[in-house]
Parts: sequence; structure tokens; C-alpha cells
Amino acid sequence: MSTPPSLLVEDLAFAYPDGHQALFGVDLRLERGERVALLGPNGAGKTTLVLHLNGILAGGRGRVSVAGLPVEKRNLPEVRRRVGIVFQDPDDQLFMPTVGEDVAFGPRNLGLPEPEVAARVAAALEQVGMAGSADRPPHHLSFGQRRRVAVATVLSMHPEVLVLDEPSSNLDPAGRRELAEVLTGLPVTMLMVTHDLPYALQLCPRSVVLDGGVVVADGPTREVLADADLLAAHRLELPYGFDPSRA
Amino acid sequence: MGAGHGGPLGSAYVARDTVVHRLPAHVALVAVVAFALVVVATPVRAAWAPAYAGYAVLVLGAAALARVPAGRLLRGLAVELPFVVFALLLPVVARGPRVEVLGLSLSESGLLAAGGLLAKATLSVLAATVLAATTTPQDLVRGMQRLRLPAVLVQILSFMVRYADVVAGELRRMRVARESRGFRGRGPGALKVVAGTAGALFVRSYERGERVHLAMLSRGGDGRLPAGPALAVPARTWLTGLALPLSAAALLAAGMLGA
Ligand SMILES: Nc1ncnc2c1ncn2[C@@H]1O[C@H](COP(=O)(O)OP(=O)(O)OP(=O)(O)O)[C@@H](O)[C@H]1O
Ligand SMILES: [Mg+2]
Repeated sequence: MSTPPSLLVEDLAFAYPDGHQALFGVDLRLERGERVALLGPNGAGKTTLVLHLNGILAGGRGRVSVAGLPVEKRNLPEVRRRVGIVFQDPDDQLFMPTVGEDVAFGPRNLGLPEPEVAARVAAALEQVGMAGSADRPPHHLSFGQRRRVAVATVLSMHPEVLVLDEPSSNLDPAGRRELAEVLTGLPVTMLMVTHDLPYALQLCPRSVVLDGGVVVADGPTREVLADADLLAAHRLELPYGFDPSRA
Repeated sequence: MGAGHGGPLGSAYVARDTVVHRLPAHVALVAVVAFALVVVATPVRAAWAPAYAGYAVLVLGAAALARVPAGRLLRGLAVELPFVVFALLLPVVARGPRVEVLGLSLSESGLLAAGGLLAKATLSVLAATVLAATTTPQDLVRGMQRLRLPAVLVQILSFMVRYADVVAGELRRMRVARESRGFRGRGPGALKVVAGTAGALFVRSYERGERVHLAMLSRGGDGRLPAGPALAVPARTWLTGLALPLSAAALLAAGMLGA
């Protein structure tokens, strides 16, 4: 048997309790080790889709599975270990008094022994270039550092899939570049929600465009970004003067 | 972001590297609470004045050891002001035999009670100020967790420590936004605007709470905050930490025996 895809979403539809339908049948397949950008205008349903990947939202039509494991109630602990979500605002993600304890939060919930927890904390902070900050309180870090620590908090769970919701938002250019260096070095399957099209091109060979709750395009990022009609139809805009064929 | 060490809550902390700073938070907490208990248990009588003087030497000694600046101690004493006002009133309003001081007729028992109240409050507040100056808020919370204080209480405090800065920042941004559009904060209309801000702050904080909850769930959380390993504290550290309340207790015991 071949290895199952890291992430498989089949015909996913979802309406919020207030009746607002956000997803209308989404199909998405990420192979192991792939890096994929999820693009789309405000309100397209990107965050709604992301919250289905680890079972925070559920109850609509369709199926999601992570490395072959269906996302359903009895699998939730394992699903949440396999899917690491980095939320948009690091202040939401970092709730423990110190960086080290925050990175340890996930592994401790997995019931790992303390020496293993300590090793994972050290390794995850090292991976994001924040080794030596374990004892600092999160509110003393710069925004970019907090974003990197937020990435470490899910890396410490050794996820199969890393999902990032708008990782480059609010970062200064240096912070944006540093995060890119961290992310390209990670050996995981990655789904990156972003409005930052050059960032998608830099980090993700493949892009999926979501609009109105359905996938409207899926292909190599360079080709997606070169399709001016597609971009215009879905409110996607390249920065002034940016030419994807030359980048 | 927030100024100083730890923003609004951490501003009491004075970063130094001293014996007192190195004490584990829970040891320091126990020491301060025990010291305050001894102080409170000391009888209020003129004969006990030397004991109070002894306590003062002890707590100031601890402050000196921790190299807490005098200004910091004085600012700590500010929380005591309401007690001071109350204590000043006591000799005037209390009954019983009277004494003449500077032409004022004051109640003897009132004077004594006022003196005792002031001494006890000052000593306890000094000890608490030294604690706050030598332990960061996050360490204090961890210390409470180690002392097995109720988990809910510890969690609330820990979220307070973590989010005080964030909420203060939100409040500041809302104020800036308000004032940038010409709001002055005076007149009858102002109250309505400030109430609106408070409401908005509540909604924002509530929504953040929901997002934090989602983030916890996503990492396998179940509502509890898992504690890290608790390093055993050697007996010598406990002795160092408890030196303050033990010496105070010795003074108290000596006084009892002598009386
Ligand atoms: N809790 C909710 N209740 C009702 N409707 C919601 C809720 N959250 C989102 N929606 C709606 O669902 C749709 C998809 O929202 P979603 O947050 O998934 O969009 P998004 O693609 O992440 O947008 P953005 O780029 O702005 O983050 C939107 O129309 C939104 O108004
Ligand atoms: Mg979103």
C-alpha cells in the first residue's frame, strides 16, 4: 500500500450555526512533504476550512483525514497531535507565563515524560531560532519573535501537517524573511493561508485558490499568479511592480 | 510593549542577582506569609515595642540583602495610606483615659491601637514589597501552583499575568483612537463614551478568550494547565528562605517567655 496523503479533504461543506454557509464542497489533497499556499479573498472560507482540519469545526457534509486517519470525535487527540495550527494572532496562541512552558504545553498534554518534553522544547525553539528564550515571558518578545515561538509551540508536537493562518501578516520585512527561512527548513507538510502572494511564491511550489467556499484554482504557484484574469476574478492582487515570472 | 519588567503587573520587580532573588518563589511566598503571621500574632502593648523594632530590622535587613532601593520600598508603602488615615483617627475617636499631646487630648488605648495597627501594616507591606521586588509575577504564580493553591485560582492569576499587557495595550489603543478624533473626556457626554469603551473592551477580551480556548484545544488541551517538573528544594534553601520568619518567631517567643 502506498502512503496515504498527509491531508485529504473530500467534498467538505459547512454552515455556521447562524445559517451562514461558508464552504460548499471543498476537495483538497496534500501529499507528504508538500508545501501548499491557500489563497483567496476575505471571507472566502479559508479559516473555516483550516478549523476543520483538526476537528475544531465539524458537523457539515464531507470528510477530512490526516495521514489516513479520519477526523472524527474518537480520533481527536491523535488528529490534534498530527495537525499543528499556528493561529493568526500569536497573543492567542501563547497563553502560558513563559515561552518554554508554552512550547511544553502540547507535549505535556500528550502525556510525554518530562525529559522528552524538555528535549522537544529545546529542539523546537532551536528550529525557529529562539533557543535561549525559554524563560522569557511571551509579552516581552517582539511580534516576529512571538510568531516564531507560536510556530515552535506546534512543532514540539511533531506534527504531520503544519497549518499557518496568515503567517506573514504584521511582520516587518526582516521578520517576514526570518520566518521564511524557518519555514523552508522544516521537514513537514505545510498548508499556508496567506494574502501575501510573493510569500506564497517564495515558499510554496503549489497554490490553491478558494473563493465563495469552493476551490476555484489549484496548480503551480507561478502559473496561478501569472493568470491575470484568474487573479482579477477573485480579488487577488500582486504588489505594484511585482512580476511572478521574474521573481 | 509594556514598560519595565512585565508591564503593568511586573513593574514592581527589581532585577538583581542576590540570595533573595535566587530563592524559589514558593519558598519566598511561605517565608513572607509566615513572617506576616508572626507580626500579626504579636500583642499590641507598649512592652512589645522592642519586638516590633526587631521585626523592622529583620525585614529591612532582607531588603538590604536583596538590594531593593529605598525608593521602591517607600512606593510599596503607598498601599498602606488608607490604614494610616484610619490609624490617625483612632486616638481622636477612641474612648478611655486620655493623655495630652501637644495640647490635644488623645485616648491612650486609641494611641496604642493606632501604633500597633501602623506597625503591623508597615512590617507586612514591607515584606510583601520585598517579595514583589525579588520575584517576577510569573514565578509567583508558579510558586502558588507548587504550594497546591486551588488550580482555578492559579489559572486565573496566570492568565492575568499573561494578558494584563495585552488588555492594557488594547485599552491604550482605544484611548488613542478616541482622543485622535477629538474626544476630551469631560462633560456629560464623556461618561457614555467611556462606558462604550469598557463595553468594547469586554467584548474584545471575551472574544480573545474564545480564540485562546481554540488554540488550547488545538494543542490537545483539556482545560488544565500542565505543570512542569518541580525541582526538589534542598533543606538549606528552605532554611535560608525561612530565616526571616524563624528569627521573627524567635523574637515573639522570647517576648512571650519574658512577659
Ligand atoms: N463564527 C461565525 N459565524 C457565522 N459566520 C461566520 C463565522 N465565522 C466566519 N463566518 C463567515 O464565514 C465566511 C468565511 O469566513 P472565513 O473566516 O473562513 O474567511 P477567510 O477566508 O478566512 O477570510 P479572511 O481572509 O478575512 O481571514 C465569511 O462570510 C464569514 O462572514
Ligand atoms: Mg481568515
